[in-house]
Amino acid sequence: MNIAQALDPVVTLKTYFPDVIQEVIEFRDEVTIVIDSEQIVRVMQFLRDTTGLIYNFLSDISAVDYYPDYGHRPGRFAVAYHLYSLLYNRRLRIKAYVQEESPSLPTIIQIWPAANWLEREIMDMMGIIFEGHPDPRRLLMPDDWNGHPHRRDYPLGYETIQFSFNVEEIMKHKVKGQK
Amino acid sequence: MANMAMTTAAQNEWQGDLSELKGLVSERALTGETMMLNMGPHHPSTHGVLRLLLELDGEEIVSCIPDVGYLHTGIEKNIEAKTYEKGVTLTDRMDYLAPMSNNMVFCMAIEKLTDLDVPERAQVIRTICLELTRLNSHLVWLGTHAIDMGAMSVFLYCFREREMILDMFEMLSGQRMMGSYIRPGGVWRDLPQEFLPALETFLNYFPAKIDDYERLLTNNPVWIDRTQGIGVIEPDVALAYGITGPSLRASGVNWDIRKTSPYLTYGHYSFDVPLGEHGDVYDRYIVRVREMRESVSIIRQALKHLTQASGGFRSNNRKFVPPPRSELGQSMEAVIHHFKLWTEGFSAPDAEVYMAIESPRGEIGCYLHGTGGNKPRRVHFKTPSLIHISALSMITKNHFIADVVAIIGSVDIVLGDCDR
Amino acid sequence: MGVTQKLGNLGVVTTTLETAINWARTGATWPLLFGLACCAIEYMSTQASNYDLARFGMELNRASPRQADLMIVAGRVTRKMAPVVRQLYDQMADPKWVIAMGDCASSGGVYNNYAVVQGVDEILPVDVYIAGCPPRPEQLMHGILTLHEKIRGERINEWAK
Repeated sequence: MNIAQALDPVVTLKTYFPDVIQEVIEFRDEVTIVIDSEQIVRVMQFLRDTTGLIYNFLSDISAVDYYPDYGHRPGRFAVAYHLYSLLYNRRLRIKAYVQEESPSLPTIIQIWPAANWLEREIMDMMGIIFEGHPDPRRLLMPDDWNGHPHRRDYPLGYETIQFSFNVEEIMKHKVKGQK
Repeated sequence: MANMAMTTAAQNEWQGDLSELKGLVSERALTGETMMLNMGPHHPSTHGVLRLLLELDGEEIVSCIPDVGYLHTGIEKNIEAKTYEKGVTLTDRMDYLAPMSNNMVFCMAIEKLTDLDVPERAQVIRTICLELTRLNSHLVWLGTHAIDMGAMSVFLYCFREREMILDMFEMLSGQRMMGSYIRPGGVWRDLPQEFLPALETFLNYFPAKIDDYERLLTNNPVWIDRTQGIGVIEPDVALAYGITGPSLRASGVNWDIRKTSPYLTYGHYSFDVPLGEHGDVYDRYIVRVREMRESVSIIRQALKHLTQASGGFRSNNRKFVPPPRSELGQSMEAVIHHFKLWTEGFSAPDAEVYMAIESPRGEIGCYLHGTGGNKPRRVHFKTPSLIHISALSMITKNHFIADVVAIIGSVDIVLGDCDR
Repeated sequence: MGVTQKLGNLGVVTTTLETAINWARTGATWPLLFGLACCAIEYMSTQASNYDLARFGMELNRASPRQADLMIVAGRVTRKMAPVVRQLYDQMADPKWVIAMGDCASSGGVYNNYAVVQGVDEILPVDVYIAGCPPRPEQLMHGILTLHEKIRGERINEWAK
């Protein structure tokens, strides 16, 4: 089989989408391309279908919350798409920043159906809306749940563990709660 | 609560509001022409607390809507509140049939993030553990899959062999299932002296037992009738839906992360990647059974490798790995390192890595984002079960309701892995 | 119960109604086939060949709560699952018992967070708690035998719960 010469994703993207790339990060042999969140569908389609790139497998979509110190970043949230190319055996991370007010991104479910539940999970746990998603119900939490648990400002919500040194304080609260 | 009415075990016909499912069910469901049936979350054959909402035309499935989250335990959020070392214990409990794979992917992500080198001997020990875990998981899978299809005795045989593996895990870590044996920088302790003889006994005993399972199932006409041609996944569809692992290889796609990007010491060993042809339930069974044989051969090669492997069972980098207890009595520095590691932990840079390995179920990935401090900013696990369950609605379409159990069993899902 | 007396020529066994019924209940406690997480795998091991729970008359698992006497809550109960667990319990016929298997079912275990019910005893009355994460099969058996002991000691005026 004749396999086309592999292209460098950063160079290719810079040629075809000169104003989309915001930043390129290389860390421990992993390439991260930060792009404009509006253009995500076009870029993904390009990466999947272009000869020499063929990132034909969507491994993962993860969202990060940079709360509380996100002043020096373009947005509070970031969504990282992990792509894999079976043909060239290499990985690529595409990252898009999302603003705190009305966080939203276009869905890529028409490119990879695998994105369906990964996006739903982020909508549920991070509260980032994927516009055009056909099934925007909550995935993991109950339907009537308030808030988005994976946000950094959402409390972990634990009970204080009772030791001998704090038993009195805990009991004081418990009695108060019963009244 | 409307939820409670939906999840009744005895009252199976679903009486919820269909309007929120518009677009997921067919038009006929809205007029009441087809029947909505609730399966789970309490069901003996859904392999955990999976709930399926089935739209039925007679016995045929028109659409299937999986509902998960009944086992969501906030593991990712909990790890964010702990130091890196402490997070390892939580990863055990995600995919509870393959705890070592979860340990491994999390530890490898940490090692990549902090640029920590691991000695060769530790890597070989880890490889042995991962392959034992694969056998462990496949044995539970085979037993429960067979019991769903009516073959009770296979379950008893599989669990008999599984006990031998669990005994070995207990020798290693002191715990049968949730050992947390694999730690950042290596493993918790060196192989105990009784481990290698036990492993040798097991390796001599086990291949004959795989023959036994095959004699019971592979040519069994009932088994063939219930599995061949059921739940076919085409290769390109499988890739588009993100299916990985044995379920993908049963469709004929040759992708095994152990082969394509060898981690640990897999690059040193020669092994086959079993492939299927049709992508049906039967092929997924065949691929997994052959994988068990390959695992035995990998462990044998790893045991040979172990005698020549250099280095200790964990890294000597005291910034990340605690000193041995014998040093604590003699060296002030060791005491300081020990104290620092168990109170504060080590810190990792403010950057992100993604690590993927081949778990028994498929590609398990860990996305780890550090803060520069001793706790991660974000841990996200890409788990194969989540993807496989999301594909269930595609696989089960136009099958009979009796085949749903066969399909669920064959894609090998674990709900703890899915919901985390 | 006076079984030994049967060895003589008498052929008569005398006992109280209370003891006879408790004896019968002890030997035929049918667990609900109900697993949540990791502990369910150890529960399966207990059922399987090596540990063989059938020795204690416990091998018959019923998938329907209507036919079960004993609910072994094997695993972590999440807030989404809690109404389901409660409903299953309500559908079981009296007399019924509950074993909280494992740390998560007993106290929330390692999941001290927003998603997990901190102990199944917040929603159900629990008879026996078993520690361990997950408990070994021997521990589960010990828990079941402890429950048997409890059943044997039940008084007639407690039956009408």
